[in-house]
Amino acid sequence: MADFVQFAVSGLTIGAVYALVALGFTLIYNASSVVNFAQGEFVMLGGMATVFLAALGLPLPAAAVAAVIAAVAVGIVVHALVIEPARGANAVTLIILTIGVSLVLRGAAPLIFDKQFHKLPGFSGEAAVGVLGAAVQPQAFWVVGGAAVIVLALKLFLARTLFGKAVLATAADRMAAMLAGINTGVIVGFAFATSAAIGAIAGILVTPITLTSYDVGVMLSLKGFAAAVLGGIGSPLGAVAGGLLLGLLEALAAGYLSSTYKDAAAFVVLIAVLMAMPGGLARVKQVERV
Amino acid sequence: MAFKLSPATLIVLAAIAIVVLPGLVLPSAYYFRVGALVFISALAVIGLNLLMGYAGQVSLGHAGFFAIGAYGPAILPAQFGWHPLMAAFAGVVLAAALAFVIGKPILRLKGHYLAVATLGVGMLITLVLTAEVAITGGPDGMAVARASVLGAKLRTPETWYWICGVLLILGVVAAINLLDSPTGRALRALHDSEVAAAGLGVDIAGYKLLAFVAAAIYAAVAGAASALLNGHVTPDVGSFLHSVEFVTMAVIGGLGSILGSIIGAAVLVILPQALTVFHDYETLALGVMIVLFMLFLREGIVPGLARRLRAGQT
Repeated sequence: MADFVQFAVSGLTIGAVYALVALGFTLIYNASSVVNFAQGEFVMLGGMATVFLAALGLPLPAAAVAAVIAAVAVGIVVHALVIEPARGANAVTLIILTIGVSLVLRGAAPLIFDKQFHKLPGFSGEAAVGVLGAAVQPQAFWVVGGAAVIVLALKLFLARTLFGKAVLATAADRMAAMLAGINTGVIVGFAFATSAAIGAIAGILVTPITLTSYDVGVMLSLKGFAAAVLGGIGSPLGAVAGGLLLGLLEALAAGYLSSTYKDAAAFVVLIAVLMAMPGGLARVKQVERV
Repeated sequence: MAFKLSPATLIVLAAIAIVVLPGLVLPSAYYFRVGALVFISALAVIGLNLLMGYAGQVSLGHAGFFAIGAYGPAILPAQFGWHPLMAAFAGVVLAAALAFVIGKPILRLKGHYLAVATLGVGMLITLVLTAEVAITGGPDGMAVARASVLGAKLRTPETWYWICGVLLILGVVAAINLLDSPTGRALRALHDSEVAAAGLGVDIAGYKLLAFVAAAIYAAVAGAASALLNGHVTPDVGSFLHSVEFVTMAVIGGLGSILGSIIGAAVLVILPQALTVFHDYETLALGVMIVLFMLFLREGIVPGLARRLRAGQT
């Protein structure tokens, strides 16, 4: 039992990070039909920028805020310089474009920061807490709690504010939203900025547990994308569920089967789920246009 | 005009020229090696192009089949004493069989779902190659025994330049024959509209599978050639990044263009070689290059230039 709780807690913790990356994917995908393979790089940027700003002498909270702002700036620049000019390109072109962007960010990171692994101190110390016989790092609560707050805030924002409704309208039908007087360019830019912020916050929350370095973005992009697809791409709730499920499966596979095949578990399940339900767990209805 | 060459013949002649002309003037072993690497990548990319450019299906795990082809001549001679060329053949057969088995369920998926499923398959292949240390040498990879034919060891980069060149030409001829056949027309119909193609009686699932298996065979042959040329393999040959490189080569050269596949491979193999001078900037430069190409020459080098030439003539 204690073993299971231990695995489940670490699975939910890393799953919460996957969920946030997947949520970023979903936001951008809904607003612009772009699958942003650079999403994991925002997580890297958040963690690395915080580490380096803190090393410059900034207090941790200030460094974290500055790192999020930096990531948002990068997100906006990517949108303005790369995504907006490529509007109307086909899916493959857009996928390759965002992979190009991720290479640029990963190539620039060691020049700005360095190639070492870095860690942040736990926000509320490092002393493990006992939960049902398992030892849990306090930072795990920060990660899961932070993810929950972000998901809730995003949901409220989309449902309750006029701007949020404009985002939903753009996601539903860009042309119709434009005709209703919504500046859809601004909305897509906003989606990029928000996704960058969510990714960066995830990176800051998780760095005390998993460490960060210039190249952590690739795997996170892949896992986040897998989580988003698992949940049925385009469904925010599905993205969160997919992320948590992926993290759980991985931790259980690593604990009970073999740690070398922990990454395999995610992809085996993903492929199996897709075989059974080609639309992902949320089964988003899709109409094929001819 | 008394005599006119068909486009297919022109493409084969161009491929022969691309192999033979540099082969006559290249100054050193290093250049022959780079040339062989271009041909190897081009071979894999032509296969991928049959799948992406003609059948219209994305694969983000193509390097997985390349890796299977590469580990064939690595593992079988080392563990079971096979002849390297037999082992290479077995690797290609295995890659084709695997593509056949997983292709069936996977190709029912569309768009992003297919992309992530193929990505998953590629990842799983790399993971197995990394994890089975006893057989594959793990993350450090393993040495590949030199192949020999009639007692002569195939060792120098120059030898491999010509072997890979011949393989490439054969690959081009095979691809063109496939595309000129009813199968090729069916594939193109698939690309334009699956629904319309099905309405005309095209066996969609069958042709997609055919393109997928063909793409896997091209990749595995390329992988085997690269392992024998390098004398060493690591799981990196099957990595996501390598898959992305193949897709990028296909797109930069031009989807649906055989010559484009060769040009795309040449650009992406040769430029990083030149860029190693700026070693620290390599990834950055590759990313910038991909972004610029996708923004300003979206249809790819060969189709883009062809269109501009035609526009200039009329």
